[in-house]
Amino acid sequence: MRPGRVFAIVLRQWYLVRGSFSRIVPLFAWVAVDVVLWGFITRWLDSVAAPGGSFVPTLLGAVLLWDFLARVMQGVTMAFFEDVWSRNFLNVFATPISIAEYVSGLVLASVATSALGLAVMLVIATGVFGLSLLGYGVLLVPFLLVLFLFGIALGITGAALVLRLGPAAEWFVWPIPAVLSPFAGVFYPLATLPPWMRAVGRALPPSYVFEAMRAIVGGRAFSGASLAWGGGLAVLYILLASWIFVRVHRHAVRTGLIARYSAESVS
Amino acid sequence: MSAAPRTATAGEGARVLSVSGLEKRYGETVAVDGVSFEVGRNEIVGLLGPNGAGKTTTINMLLGVLEPSAGTIRIEGVDLAAERSRAVERTNFAAVYAPLPGNLTVAQNLRVFGLLYGVKRLSGRIDALLEQLDLRRFRDRRCGVLSSGEQTRVALAKAMLNDPQLLLLDEPTASLDPATARDVRGKIRACAAAGTGGVLWTSHNMYEVEEVCDRVLFLSRGRILLEGDPRTLPGEHGKGTLEELFITVAREPLALEGA
Repeated sequence: MRPGRVFAIVLRQWYLVRGSFSRIVPLFAWVAVDVVLWGFITRWLDSVAAPGGSFVPTLLGAVLLWDFLARVMQGVTMAFFEDVWSRNFLNVFATPISIAEYVSGLVLASVATSALGLAVMLVIATGVFGLSLLGYGVLLVPFLLVLFLFGIALGITGAALVLRLGPAAEWFVWPIPAVLSPFAGVFYPLATLPPWMRAVGRALPPSYVFEAMRAIVGGRAFSGASLAWGGGLAVLYILLASWIFVRVHRHAVRTGLIARYSAESVS
Repeated sequence: MSAAPRTATAGEGARVLSVSGLEKRYGETVAVDGVSFEVGRNEIVGLLGPNGAGKTTTINMLLGVLEPSAGTIRIEGVDLAAERSRAVERTNFAAVYAPLPGNLTVAQNLRVFGLLYGVKRLSGRIDALLEQLDLRRFRDRRCGVLSSGEQTRVALAKAMLNDPQLLLLDEPTASLDPATARDVRGKIRACAAAGTGGVLWTSHNMYEVEEVCDRVLFLSRGRILLEGDPRTLPGEHGKGTLEELFITVAREPLALEGA
């Protein structure tokens, strides 16, 4: 793997983001709106609920963590969509870059953009609504790591989907986090779900994060092994997503899809 | 010069491109049918043919973005199928249907693609190409707001960034006015003469082909029908001009098969 080629993908994204108001704002605007909305909801719930309980670390914390996952996924897909929107596939894939280098570039670009989104969410949630993620202790690190890894897996899968089905398929990609959230038990324990939804939830790494988060906030013991299982699952999903992307790219090279993607305007 | 498939005359050590038995099939449809040819150093080879003859399909296979159904491609002796990155490092291209992203400036595009191609001393190389292609004043302008001629020159700058041993140009002057096209042709010829690489050039402008190409290959229905010097080939087939020959290839290819 040549770092220069990976850096080229990151640099391209940096050039685009720094020079574009419409790219900078979405990095934090919607997650900020989400945190503000849920911040007030939790504040109101705290005021009407029995004394002693606090919805801030459970609901607002969950919103923040889930939005972080969504931002990571979108960080990957947005960087990929830039090549879709500018019909740049032929130019990029005709260079010596390998798929591993290209996808690594997308992931690193996502690290930067999702970190910005996380920072803004933390500032608002902590400064305005008094959420302290430090209440999760050192477990905050594995929480973020599992969500980050799964977000990357979703992003790579989304990119593969659009590469395979064409630019219009991007509308399948945007709602992926919203579709998964009921299964992942973001706001409620998995036990709340019917058995079939619970089974799906157990296959999703974020569900282990949110179960652990609720256990910590509720002062209950939680299984570190199950969180580690969630991490293992996330790694597995990244490998699976990478395999899917490689297969889709190979199909695109075999069928001429990459060349046609760029030639749309003249066909 | 006559019948397909043919191979070029470049000597073994002088070849930058060797294509052998190249085929591309989509189900029952044969887009490229057993094409073999070579491109030598400092040689500009024209790949000619009517729409749908297989020119762009061939170029896409040479770029490694389309997998051949059969055949081998060697760029400076490196097998494209086996060592894609190493082979493609020696290649670059410009095509009318593949403009650089319009939302990046000229300098940004050249820097990104320079990194992708692993160009050493990139800043100096970018400056030199901006100067050479008269693009200095557009350096910090987004490519999308440039005129067709300016965008073509930027695409050529990208294509020359890594000083490619094999330069693929798919109708590089298609969208240009005659004066700009002549200017661009001159710049490409100067670059080809100064370097050690070869150029494969497609065009529908037969005047351009005669002016620029050392040798031409006529593709028809995915096969190389004719090959030779663009200045003498029409006479060898009883035609007055290259354009007449082109029209015959497009309309009556069977008349030339086995010629």
